[in-house]
Amino acid sequence: MGSIQLKSVKKAFGAVSVINGIDLGIENGEFAVFVGPSGCGKSTLLRLIAGLEDVTSGQVLIDGKDATNIGPSKRGLAMVFQSYALYPHMSVRGNIAFALKMAGQGADVIEQKVRKAAATLNLTDYLDRKPRQLSGGQRQRVAIGRAIVREPKAFLFDEPLSNLDAALRVQMRVEIGELHNALKTTMIYVTHDQVEAMTMADKIVVLDRGSVAQVGSPLELYNRPNGLFVAGFIGSPTMNMIRGPSAEKRGAATIGIRPEHADISTTAGEWPATVRLAEHLGSDTFVHAEADGIGPLTLRLEGEAPLHPDQRIFVTPREAHLHKFDKDGKRIG
Amino acid sequence: MATQQTTTAGRVLVAPSVILLFVWMIVPLVMTLYFSSLRYSLLDPDNVSFVGLQNYTAFLTDPDFLTALYNTLVLVISVLIISVCGGILVALLMDQPVFGQNVLRLMVIAPFFVIPTVSALVWKNLLMNPDSGLFAWIARSLGFDPIVWFTNWPMLSVIVIVSWEWLPFASLILLTALQSLDEEQKEAASLDGAGPISYFGYIVLPHIARAITVVILIETIFLLSVFAEIYVTTAGGPGNATTNIPFLVYKQALLNFDIGGASAGGIIAVILANIVAFFLVRIIGRNLEG
Repeated sequence: MGSIQLKSVKKAFGAVSVINGIDLGIENGEFAVFVGPSGCGKSTLLRLIAGLEDVTSGQVLIDGKDATNIGPSKRGLAMVFQSYALYPHMSVRGNIAFALKMAGQGADVIEQKVRKAAATLNLTDYLDRKPRQLSGGQRQRVAIGRAIVREPKAFLFDEPLSNLDAALRVQMRVEIGELHNALKTTMIYVTHDQVEAMTMADKIVVLDRGSVAQVGSPLELYNRPNGLFVAGFIGSPTMNMIRGPSAEKRGAATIGIRPEHADISTTAGEWPATVRLAEHLGSDTFVHAEADGIGPLTLRLEGEAPLHPDQRIFVTPREAHLHKFDKDGKRIG
Repeated sequence: MATQQTTTAGRVLVAPSVILLFVWMIVPLVMTLYFSSLRYSLLDPDNVSFVGLQNYTAFLTDPDFLTALYNTLVLVISVLIISVCGGILVALLMDQPVFGQNVLRLMVIAPFFVIPTVSALVWKNLLMNPDSGLFAWIARSLGFDPIVWFTNWPMLSVIVIVSWEWLPFASLILLTALQSLDEEQKEAASLDGAGPISYFGYIVLPHIARAITVVILIETIFLLSVFAEIYVTTAGGPGNATTNIPFLVYKQALLNFDIGGASAGGIIAVILANIVAFFLVRIIGRNLEG
């Protein structure tokens, strides 16, 4: 159980409108990711679902029932905060058990549930430690443990990995993904990192200035972005946007080609260009080039490409992978 | 920078202030110890003789001493309870968003800046005076007989005045502690289903425990030596009802003109303060660690 519907949800702080009417459905068991640049309203939207903020208008439905005016603890949702928000004076056990204690459960039941959650998260050896004696990844796991024991209808994650270093972030990303597979509970995950969104989500919700720009599976967004915003946001390195004659020739105001969807030749091609920098990552080579009359292009070649700065190259986009956008930035075709 | 040379230079440079502070402390202490072993009355200053520990036995066996000790403890403990509990309440109120918050905070803190003599005079003459005081006027307007504060409730009056002076201090320290509580913890607690009372008991109180410890330690040091408020309002009376140890020492020295006995009393007060401090640090000092 744990489907969530938003019906024309709006939120304004004073005169500033942060969420401009969002309709959205998240199915039971789905892993939904809200992604967007800072200030797009993704965290606010999550807090509206959690009940930490009141909606200005609209409805939040949990399992088909109107939860708009229900307090945060009664909604049956659990949240993992960006700062973890662990209670510093309580042990790991105390932190995980707190919600159960507040719910008035018996000591035996609490101990059993805490043990189970700790086992799931590899925290059994740390149950009697205080949060300050734990590493960043362990604190993160305690925060998740605190959510798990409540057996919520849905988990809400608010940028949970942004305080971790790069290696730990990848590891925790995998752990959260595995947790979702094991629990099959609905999860809503907020991030500004499109890599996290692409790797974890069943459904990505791209937000732009308080409105939904596009909803879809990661590959749908990658293959068929519905506008310039989503096209530029999803994918790394970002899509090359080209205006001018090349676009007009194809009947569009702007065409977009992903770095990995163009061919490079040293002899002939559509766009002559000069290599500015080649980044050799081993598995890939990122080429930053300046195309004559078009501007900077980023290209991604598999393996090692023998390119050096100031070399003249010719770039040809693969027609099947071209994205066309009209003058309002909407997708054509 | 911790070479041999800089360490030595550092010691040489701080030496003057350390020596000055040490002399500042040790000279009065040694002089008091010296005077406490003398029979030295200001009524008969030419006739000074060594009496050993006689002054101590006299001070400790004086029935006034036990009364003064009791009064000191009553005063310290009552003011601690009132200022800490009241301080928590005031801090919780001041932490709420209200109109004119900054002005309000300044006003709450203001009593702390009034010197004890002045605040005691204000309480004595403007508020608690049975003829012309505000409280008497209120009582009369409601049809009651005014309370004769300093005659019938002398200790309570002193406690009220001293609490009024120390409440702002406690409120201020506890308010800053409250404001350092992470907002996300509050939200996490509300998601975990903690109501206002559980939230206060499980999250807020442990968070401000260290600040409470600091308030208790600092206040105890100052409350053991309350003098001006008593001198101005009740002069230790009626009888001995509001005589605490500092006031007893004052009486011995400047009302009985017995310098030897007063010095012995002063040393006993120092020892008592150290005993209290020792137990305080043992009991609540744990909160300051970690």
